[in-house]
Amino acid sequence: MAYILLRHRDIPDLDKFDVYQKNGGFAAFKDSVTKKKPNEVTDVVKNSGLRGRGGAGFPTGMKWSFIDNKNWPHYVVANADESEPGTFKDREIMEGNPFQFLEGLALASYAVGANVAYVYLRGEFWELGAALDRKIAEMEEAGYLGEKLFGTDYSLRIYTHLGAGAYICGEETALLESLEGKRGQPRVRPPFPPSFGLYGKPTIINNVETFTNVPMILANGAEWYKSIGTSDSAGVKIFSLSGRVRKPGNYELPFGTTFRDLIYKHGGGVQDSRAVKAIMPAGASSSLIPADDKVLDTPMDYATVRTLGADLGSASIIVIDDTVPMTWLINKTVHFFKHESCGKCTPCREGTYWMSHLTERLQHNGTRGDVDLLLNVAKQMQGKCLCALGEFSTMAVVTGIERFKNDFDKPVNA
Amino acid sequence: MSLAAKYPNEVEQILSKYPPEGRRSAVMPLLFLAQREDGYVNQASMQDIAKILEITETDVASIVRFYTLYHDKKEGRYRMQVCTDLPCALRGADKFMEAVCDRLGLNVGETTADGFLTLEAVTCLAACDKAPMFQIQGPDGLKYHENMNVDKTVDVISTLKRKS
Repeated sequence: MAYILLRHRDIPDLDKFDVYQKNGGFAAFKDSVTKKKPNEVTDVVKNSGLRGRGGAGFPTGMKWSFIDNKNWPHYVVANADESEPGTFKDREIMEGNPFQFLEGLALASYAVGANVAYVYLRGEFWELGAALDRKIAEMEEAGYLGEKLFGTDYSLRIYTHLGAGAYICGEETALLESLEGKRGQPRVRPPFPPSFGLYGKPTIINNVETFTNVPMILANGAEWYKSIGTSDSAGVKIFSLSGRVRKPGNYELPFGTTFRDLIYKHGGGVQDSRAVKAIMPAGASSSLIPADDKVLDTPMDYATVRTLGADLGSASIIVIDDTVPMTWLINKTVHFFKHESCGKCTPCREGTYWMSHLTERLQHNGTRGDVDLLLNVAKQMQGKCLCALGEFSTMAVVTGIERFKNDFDKPVNA
Repeated sequence: MSLAAKYPNEVEQILSKYPPEGRRSAVMPLLFLAQREDGYVNQASMQDIAKILEITETDVASIVRFYTLYHDKKEGRYRMQVCTDLPCALRGADKFMEAVCDRLGLNVGETTADGFLTLEAVTCLAACDKAPMFQIQGPDGLKYHENMNVDKTVDVISTLKRKS
């Protein structure tokens, strides 16, 4: 199947303006601005079944339709903060197929009546940000961005904005706070960004991969997109495969592909031909899935993975083999969340701190009491944190202890 | 000298990206600008930025302390930031870090005696398929070095030394 998102793997130099334009580039945007009404673009996206690709999987067209048309101006923001451990798909999109991403962002802006859009990039994507600035300038020179486009009244400018190293800024309201020049700490929700967003104005925020689907959906139609994938999850997903596989990397595949196909057919299987012990489907924020044949043969989409007691999330698939102790693994994930906790809400700020002390202790002289206390702390945090960071910091801990009991009996035996 | 006097075009270009009511957004790019020369933001720079944006010095300092890429004290000219997060660690990042510490004669967080390089451990850099890896943050910006081993690392550092 031809690539829909990672089209640079089919078409060399697709990151060059001329090559992109020659391969159907910008036709969807020009067509929409000159021939369609904004809500018609939203309707196509709604009918396509496209869901957010940043991890939450919220129906994209529905989100766009929530924008408050009584409050102006409107903004669109691309979440290019890609910081979930095990995730490196947006980076490849922006490096290899930047114009399709920018065109998708432009289409979204037209659909919701925004004249200004920002790309919030994590600070470490420094060179990528500079490259995107050059691409944006090329679009302006060619008349695809700027004032009164294609002889219509619609104007659009896109700006990049670099973060400075904070995973929490991938949370949409923390991103907005950071973009506004404050510490990146999440807001109380509701209100949500489509009513109260950037500078208090109605704002649509979507992930880079989400936007990159849009030009193809407008060009080929909603029915085309819906015909790919599953009834629950339409279209393709870029699976970032990492961990103990022979061929880590990004794999663009239709929803419904099984874990087995991803890991063995595409990922080359496990290093040293070892067995898969666990799968973390959503990066460090995952629930740990103990691997067996039934799990490996499970088709990957948002609804079906949930039946395994986990969320697909950003589809950042980390493969764990039987050489990895779960005590070591959760020490890594908990240290990550403790470092990245923004400090605003007490359960996360205190909870991640205490969990990290306990997971550290389990590396050396842990007792059964430590395991019980760790589980207790994690469970006390659940349902109480201001945002998903705190909630997700507990998932590997709780599912590790409950689903891999042998790994946590060892401290007692030591 | 104030940032507006030293880099007038860049400051103006930065401020023009945001609407008047969103002027405060410029604090982040201005901090990267202030950090350009010495690799850290001193108090004078924070005061300067506070004045440009009409916010308090405390506001600016709280931004500096919140984010990992801003620094408020002088360390190495270049910062070598190695990812030791879970996906990289599953592909040898911890062993790589130990070997680097050994070769450079540094513990994590320390700076070489000549003040050239500070070694740090950081969280995921979105390069999990190319582990072990690190980024180098310096006056001229930030660059990734992927699929690394200790020998290649030494080469990177020597090249950096020659160019400075």
